[in-house]
Amino acid sequence: MENIINITVVDREGIEHQLEAPTDMNMNMMELCKSYELPVDGTCGGMAMCASCHMYVLSDHHLLARNDDEEAMLDQAFFVKPNSRLGCQLHLNNAMDGLKVKLAEVGG
Amino acid sequence: MIETDILIIGAGPCGLFTVFEAGLLKLHCHLVDALPQAGGQLTEIYPKKPIYDIPGFPEVLAGDLVQHLMKQAEPFKPGFSLGERAEKFEQTEDGKFVLTTSRGTQLKAPVVAIAGGLGSFEPRKPPIANLSDFEDMGIEYIVRDPNFYKGKRIVVSGGGDSALDWSIFLANGIAEKVTLIHRSKSFRGHPDSVQKALDMAASGKINLLTDAEVIGVSGDSALRSIKVQHLPEGESDIETDHWLPLFGLSPKLGPLADWGLNIDKNSIEVNTFDYSTNVPGIYAIGDINTYPGKLKLILCGFHEATMMVQSAFKRIYPDKNYVLKYTTVNGVNGF
Repeated sequence: MENIINITVVDREGIEHQLEAPTDMNMNMMELCKSYELPVDGTCGGMAMCASCHMYVLSDHHLLARNDDEEAMLDQAFFVKPNSRLGCQLHLNNAMDGLKVKLAEVGG
Repeated sequence: MIETDILIIGAGPCGLFTVFEAGLLKLHCHLVDALPQAGGQLTEIYPKKPIYDIPGFPEVLAGDLVQHLMKQAEPFKPGFSLGERAEKFEQTEDGKFVLTTSRGTQLKAPVVAIAGGLGSFEPRKPPIANLSDFEDMGIEYIVRDPNFYKGKRIVVSGGGDSALDWSIFLANGIAEKVTLIHRSKSFRGHPDSVQKALDMAASGKINLLTDAEVIGVSGDSALRSIKVQHLPEGESDIETDHWLPLFGLSPKLGPLADWGLNIDKNSIEVNTFDYSTNVPGIYAIGDINTYPGKLKLILCGFHEATMMVQSAFKRIYPDKNYVLKYTTVNGVNGF
């Protein structure tokens, strides 16, 4: 379907969820997870200020690099790895079809 | 004991606007908030961010909106207990509520309005299993009195302003030794603070460890040492008297969760007729409540506050008649 991509989200129990994601609704990965009622709080509403949507990118998609806000927040987060991202900063687009991410543990 | 008409838990935008709406009905309010200043997440998380969906304000900075709300509430002389977390909660025989804060302040009111937003802001704690064994026994998340660290060996973790500022301050003749540990090489604090900390590291006043992280703590009755993981590999132990993990604040529902209210996914269930909870006399408004169709927006919180005080008035004065008055006709008559 046009402007619908498929994304796999592995939750904290290791269960895989196949999500259909619209790319024409100005949505990000945090919002997508919330819309499927996956356990992502998105506490700050998407301002890269809480790290409650911290996730790891498992597939080898080339995503836009982290911006300063995201880097700053990940500095204060826990369980951070090289493939860590904040879901709220990953804006859905057609190039992300097939993306696979895993939700990070919730720290502190 | 402080007595008021409506005890508001949470001094964010919704709590502040409640003061105004309650004031129009001649009801007095007292606000309690865990943060040291009013404004909730608007002040704590995003004071410089513009908000675009406040009716009548095409664009307003979050911090400015809080200032406007404070000014709007001012004629009604609200009481404030800031920097105090709402802790214990009891119902008295006369049907009122008594709240005890984390500092022991007692507040009494016939109506409680929980406008707690995301919950109370608490220090973000590193995920180390036995961390709680040493809390206040060598591990502190907040520096209350710098002189407490006089002559002590201190380890500070974090890369933001508070980690930098306290490292600099404590290394200037207070602590015996200051080690600053940060996960990456770059610091996100104010450029002046970053430069100062780097200069002090170069001159040996601060022991700076970058690309490193504290992964363990040990001791007996008090903290004795921490385990540091160096990236990409390698571990070492550092003997220390104190560890200050300064990773900012994150909101937690906290003691509210144990007050007998119906809770669904960290939010308090309410009746949309008047935003009352399952406990008569306790209301929940703003981001902390949930109901079918709930939208977590400041403007919805304002609506909820307005509806809620009408119901609170009827509860406090069951025999008094009241009709809605317009501020355009009557103005705003403070206390």
